[in-house]
Amino acid sequence: MEEVKLLGWWVSPFSRRVELALKLKGVGYEYIEQDLAHKSQLLLEYNPVHKKVPVLVHNGKTMAESLVILEYIDETWPNNPILPRNPYDKAMARFWAQFIEEKEEERGKLVEEASQCFITLEGELKGNKFFGGEEIGMVDIAANFIGYWLGVVQEVSGMELVTRDKFPVLCKWMDEFVEHSVVKETLPPRDELHAEFEARLGAPSWKY
Amino acid sequence: MSKNELVILDCWASPFCMRVKIALAEKGLDYEERAEDLFGGKSDLLLTSNPIYKKVPVFLHDGKPLCESSVIVSYIDETWPAPALLPSTPYERSQARFWADYIDKKVLFDSTSAIWKASGDDAVESAKKEFVEVLKVLEGALGEKEYFAGDAFGYVDILAIPITSWFLASEKFGNFKVEAECPKLSAWIKRCMEKETVAKVIPDPEKIYEFVVNLRKMFGIA
Repeated sequence: MEEVKLLGWWVSPFSRRVELALKLKGVGYEYIEQDLAHKSQLLLEYNPVHKKVPVLVHNGKTMAESLVILEYIDETWPNNPILPRNPYDKAMARFWAQFIEEKEEERGKLVEEASQCFITLEGELKGNKFFGGEEIGMVDIAANFIGYWLGVVQEVSGMELVTRDKFPVLCKWMDEFVEHSVVKETLPPRDELHAEFEARLGAPSWKY
Repeated sequence: MSKNELVILDCWASPFCMRVKIALAEKGLDYEERAEDLFGGKSDLLLTSNPIYKKVPVFLHDGKPLCESSVIVSYIDETWPAPALLPSTPYERSQARFWADYIDKKVLFDSTSAIWKASGDDAVESAKKEFVEVLKVLEGALGEKEYFAGDAFGYVDILAIPITSWFLASEKFGNFKVEAECPKLSAWIKRCMEKETVAKVIPDPEKIYEFVVNLRKMFGIA
């Protein structure tokens, strides 16, 4: 019997990425909620370098960094692949996942730059339902913040970055993303997320 | 039928380009190196192949472009599997990718550059402290092993070693020695530099130092 544990935080899109991948592959896991204001001994022991969630534990072996964990999950449970098999397409998916991750880091910067990213991402959808094609792939999972969290952030902050008239293609992707049967299971309840963000509004960074 | 035409859009001083060249050398692959003038004017090929970042390296395999050095090195490893650069088990690979991510996120390159970019003793001191902290974490990851993944030179070593060619510049401007602060990491640097595939790609750190002196003039740093 394989033992899979996930240390996560209900608010964090990064730990939700890992949950999404595990659920897409039908992998059972024990979820251990973390209180990031008071980091547990377990978290500090399992991720001494960054002290962050998510951390995946598989048969006692620990792994950190959501995109690194996604690659591990795809290699270990190859059913319902989230990365393309062809090396070139795989490289492109990794490029886009890293691009999204980097833009996530720069979230504080100008609205203008953010808009440029959204235009770029819209181009990458190429008329497909998801970045992964007909099914969700690594890039869709990496973009989960845009798919769901961004909407809540916009509501709370009053900032309008992604609107239907400005980004119709991206909004269509967002609709498909949140309606996906497995994605739905991994999204934190909207009203609770809204309340959490309201409480944290003005905090320099909520990426824990 | 693929012709296997390999091209790298390159800058001699870029540690990110060096990563790709070392990977290609490890696999025994021939390639064409096209130098880009990053300050004078980027080529059309660079601008069309990497419209998002407009940076080197760009790797073209039979005309198909790839960007981001760590993505390129993984691609090279998957397309030409021998000798393997990434470890064989998914867990060991996850560890390699974790350290690759740390090197790029903690921006080893940015933290070493911060030292020669700083002006004023306090700024230099603080940049130096931060850089040494990052080095010590890497030294911890290396532990007693020969290379990051164990006995064999591989992915993490390839991503990290090129940046060390820029350390001399930081040492001179920061007035410290990496060897004194991190002797084990220093030994790892020497070990990697003994490999032919690394030695023929990594430029003389003195040349990088001269390059940095000119960069500082260009940026108007005191």
